[in-house]
Amino acid sequence: MLGLGEMLLGGCDFDFSKLDLTASELRPSGDRAIVSVLGVDRVGIVAAVASALANHRVNILDIHQTLFGDLFAMNMLVDLSNSSSEFSSLRADLDRISEQMGLKILIQREDVFRFMHRV
Amino acid sequence: MDFSAREVLETIKMIETENLDIRTITLGISLRDCAGPSGAETRRRMYDKITRYARDLVKVAESIERDYGIPIINKRVSVTPIAIVAEASGERDLTPFAQTMDEAAEAVGVDFIGGFSALVHKGITPGDQALLDSIPSALAGTQRVCASVNVATTREGINMDAIREMGWTIKKTAELTKDRDAIGCAKLVVFANIPEDNPFMAGALHGIGQGDATVNIGVSGPGVVLKVISGLQSASFGELIDALKRTAFKITRVGELVAREAARRLSADMGIVDLSLAPTPKVGDSVADIIEAMGIDRCGAPGTTAALAILNDAVKKGGCMASSYVGGLSGAFIPVSEDAGMVDAVKAGALSIEKLEAMTSVCSVGLDMIAVPGDTSASTISGILADEIAIGVINCKTTAVRLIPVPGRSVGDVAQFGGLFGGAPIVRVSRFGCDAFVARKGRVPAPLQGIRN
Repeated sequence: MLGLGEMLLGGCDFDFSKLDLTASELRPSGDRAIVSVLGVDRVGIVAAVASALANHRVNILDIHQTLFGDLFAMNMLVDLSNSSSEFSSLRADLDRISEQMGLKILIQREDVFRFMHRV
Repeated sequence: MDFSAREVLETIKMIETENLDIRTITLGISLRDCAGPSGAETRRRMYDKITRYARDLVKVAESIERDYGIPIINKRVSVTPIAIVAEASGERDLTPFAQTMDEAAEAVGVDFIGGFSALVHKGITPGDQALLDSIPSALAGTQRVCASVNVATTREGINMDAIREMGWTIKKTAELTKDRDAIGCAKLVVFANIPEDNPFMAGALHGIGQGDATVNIGVSGPGVVLKVISGLQSASFGELIDALKRTAFKITRVGELVAREAARRLSADMGIVDLSLAPTPKVGDSVADIIEAMGIDRCGAPGTTAALAILNDAVKKGGCMASSYVGGLSGAFIPVSEDAGMVDAVKAGALSIEKLEAMTSVCSVGLDMIAVPGDTSASTISGILADEIAIGVINCKTTAVRLIPVPGRSVGDVAQFGGLFGGAPIVRVSRFGCDAFVARKGRVPAPLQGIRN
């Protein structure tokens, strides 16, 4: 396995021209959104949210999960580009899960986080 | 993922618990092409253009709110000063123009429309005079219309005749709306150096140098700033200011995003993001609370003006970095009735109109939403206007006055305006007058600060 330094020195045939490190800066994120799930930890949270997303053909690109004390916090980066349904209908399904499981679930376009936290 | 859990949670917490919101999306619409030979024709064109351009404003704001999860509190419209639009009609009573604005605002679902305005800093044309004469009846006869009059600029000096007239206009407006604690005066602002792109009511208008349609955004966030400062009790000034700048940056970035997106979805130009910290009557959404969290016992106590200056400067420094186009008023607002902390400070005897005047020399905007006794004379009101306007003219900044002389009320009473306007205790005004000063005719020339070429 080569380190990044060795790769940069030409130790592999990775095509660096395809790696656009500036790509995400200030460009509209298009169909990407962040789903945030907050609440008391319990069995089945990830499964419930993931299956709701799958029902709407929303692809999960990345998941981070943390515990802040008793608080369960999960952030998912999702891609809505193949989603067959309206943003609002997905939101309605997520709202239903939050009510059933006593969670707070938010879905927000990714831009809002990039604008706020990245220069 | 490009963001840590902490960053995602920080954003969510700001929105959910610290009242981070977009205070207003204001669509500025030029009505210059609506001026016609008759009042009826001009009004028909005005109605058509406002309702055509702003038809989707509320829908677009709601879609942005849904997509980004950021509350957008107010959707508003500002228009070209009506004195200019109506002048060619030759009509003397411009109240019907205000009624047309009111109807158009109702049709597109916005709560306020600004621009029943005149720019009279150098002189008063017949159209301007018609507008000034119509302000009391226009504000009494409409719900959504806001009026503003620019009586001075640093480049042109102060029109003292207009200031004298505005003293009377404010009194008359109070009288015509006395059954609602003079609510008409809450929709009337007298300015020096009025901005052309201010998104905040009641002083919003679409200036004559603007394009056909422009989206201007007012961000908010006293609650977010308060939370940050409350956690920095023993921090040095350097640390405090650094935290303020970082917070202002984040708040403004949200405004920038919403401004770009709103302009795109409405097919309008993106105008400006206004950085003003705009309080609401809601507890915790107060500029006075921020000042107190900086270490002042009560807003109005010694140290208040310095604290406000620090806050205002740091907000601008952080905000300017965050937006491509900063404009409007961009500073901390200190409207008494709209800020629960200010109301408390007045009730406690900590905050007087004189201290408020001093505070306005270091922030935007001016003596704002201050209820004064109903028997305050027109010339005393003009004297207060002249003082505040002079601060703006000499310091090359915007200042404004929104005074409410509430008929039948005196010091110790509380006036209630309702909604975002809140309520305010009646503030004591000096018992010494300035009749002879105000009675002088003419204008004050531009100060040296305005002779810059």
